[in-house]
Amino acid sequence: MSGASTDRAGARADDAAATAAGAGAGRAAARGGSGQAMLSVKGVNKRFGGLQALSDVGLEIQRGQIYGLIGPNGAGKTTFFNVITGLYTPDSGSFVLDGAPYEPTAVHMVARAGIARTFQNIRLFGEMTALENVMVGRHVRTRSGVWGAVFKTRAERNEETGIRRRALELLEYVGIVQYADFQARTLSYGDQRRLEIARALATDPKLLALDEPAAGMNATEKLGLRALLANIRDDGKTILLIEHDVKLVMGLCDRVTVLDYGKQIAEGLPADVQRSKAVIEAYLGAGHG
Amino acid sequence: MRSLFPQLANNPKAAYAATAALAVVLAVLPLAVGMAGNAWVRMLDFALLYVMLALGLNIVVGYAGLLDLGYVAFYAVGAYMYALLASPHLMENFEWIAELFPNGLHSSIWFVVPLGAGLAATFGALLGAPTLRLRGDYLAIVTLGFGEIIRIFLNNLNAPLNITNGPQGISNIDPVRIGGVNFAKSLEIGGFELQSLQLYYYLFLVLTVGVIIVSVRLQDSRIGRAWVAIREDETAAKAMGINTRNVKLLAFAMGASFGGVSGAMFSAFQSFVSPESFILMESIVIVSMVVLGGMGHVPGVILGAILLYAIPESLRYAAKPLQEAIFGTEVVAPEALRMLLFGLAMVGIMLYRPSGLWPAPKHGINPAGNRGTGAAPGLGAQKS
Repeated sequence: MSGASTDRAGARADDAAATAAGAGAGRAAARGGSGQAMLSVKGVNKRFGGLQALSDVGLEIQRGQIYGLIGPNGAGKTTFFNVITGLYTPDSGSFVLDGAPYEPTAVHMVARAGIARTFQNIRLFGEMTALENVMVGRHVRTRSGVWGAVFKTRAERNEETGIRRRALELLEYVGIVQYADFQARTLSYGDQRRLEIARALATDPKLLALDEPAAGMNATEKLGLRALLANIRDDGKTILLIEHDVKLVMGLCDRVTVLDYGKQIAEGLPADVQRSKAVIEAYLGAGHG
Repeated sequence: MRSLFPQLANNPKAAYAATAALAVVLAVLPLAVGMAGNAWVRMLDFALLYVMLALGLNIVVGYAGLLDLGYVAFYAVGAYMYALLASPHLMENFEWIAELFPNGLHSSIWFVVPLGAGLAATFGALLGAPTLRLRGDYLAIVTLGFGEIIRIFLNNLNAPLNITNGPQGISNIDPVRIGGVNFAKSLEIGGFELQSLQLYYYLFLVLTVGVIIVSVRLQDSRIGRAWVAIREDETAAKAMGINTRNVKLLAFAMGASFGGVSGAMFSAFQSFVSPESFILMESIVIVSMVVLGGMGHVPGVILGAILLYAIPESLRYAAKPLQEAIFGTEVVAPEALRMLLFGLAMVGIMLYRPSGLWPAPKHGINPAGNRGTGAAPGLGAQKS
């Protein structure tokens, strides 16, 4: 564990500027639910033909929180997630990230604005090495073009060195630096999940959005993931977590929203939500309350 | 250097020696081959043109994973651009151009190469723009159509204004001139005579080396990684903040620019162009060079280009005498045999080397089957 914690310290130093407020005071306030929200989404509606997939869904994520979004199958979690990240265009809704409104109309603009996501079914760049995958994540925060690459300008070389160093740090941070030169698709399932998280972190996100990161993981891998996510939060990042695994959500999240049939049926602290009648009905059916 | 001899990465001395040896071989090659006859030097020249074409297409197909079946169109754009800018054709047909250039229309190579690259890149972006949302089969069909459109334009733009001279093509195209050296004539250096074909060889070699350097450097850059990311998973690439529209257009434009340069050189080399040189079959051959050589791997693509050009060409010379020696008479026409063997070779390669003759080296395939991380017991414990 000592290795991991020094890694974390290194990455934290790197992030110091970004997280100075977040890690300490900000987080304490965040757990209490006050202060400026990192992500504030209101009144999202999305209709697919005759199906109202989302009706008036909203949430507010405080800085430094892990925010859970749960619900039974087909509740609209992934739809909501795809709306926030620009994959689907909503019929209505307002979106504010870190005090600045953003339009989730183009996926790459959302990443630029500061939301990095992972995918429910892992989507790595399989033929590239783990390191290259993370280096791709730096794309949005770097600027060299064809000219720099062809003429190997000083600026380009410096930038490349920086990209490589940061990517290695992130691989170390998630604990898979020993596989840096392995092709991504040769990694084990759990490591691929970690790699996807490292790649997302490489975009310097304000909000890390994870779509069912524990799907398909065994119990030990889930424990590892949980520790990793807690680390990321403790280093000042804000996380939105969509998850099926209620146990993971309840143990990890600071706040939870429950969706069912595209509607928000509960919102609050995990313990309160767990006792909510509507939630129990949604999961187990009426009559179990 | 590093990417030229990856095995020698840890031994810079050996890498330099290997590079020097390769340079000597490449420099002496046309002289040695020249002794066997000019036809062989001509083959070398064409092989280099095809290497440039294949490397250009490799950016689009190999790096960015966009199947382009109309690549020859950019070759045509470059070739016709040079043909129009360096032949009497336009002056014969347009009085005002003749008045503009009383000494005849000639263009320097220093002007033509960048212009050819730029013009072809523009056409590349023009093709790219409407196809941005297409993938796979659909993209292939649209690009194929684009290639045909360009060829048909070239074939029919002789009326009402005679711009391309239609199927007859444009002739009397200037050879390349650099300084006082006319590449159409042989050059004497200290009593040693270099044929025109050999001069062109060195020119093409320089350009090819340039194209190789650009290819390799691009691959190993921010843009190159973005291309590969799009090839591997476009949605994920977008989610990483890559503006896939711009990056794809850039791939089309960069790839096309190599084709444009190669086309301009083709035109100067042949001193004649006609639409016949830019048929669909050419596009298919160039795609085959990239695919059979090893998509996305520069040395593989070079090998593919050389083999796929050289084998059918040598069969042209060897097929007849070989058959006569074996059967006493010509059984199959050389042209038919060429295509037959070509097809057979392709089937064979696809069966036995599906990722190409010389694919990019695979990194770190883990024979032990790594599971979990093992780095931090608390984080990623071993599975077993």
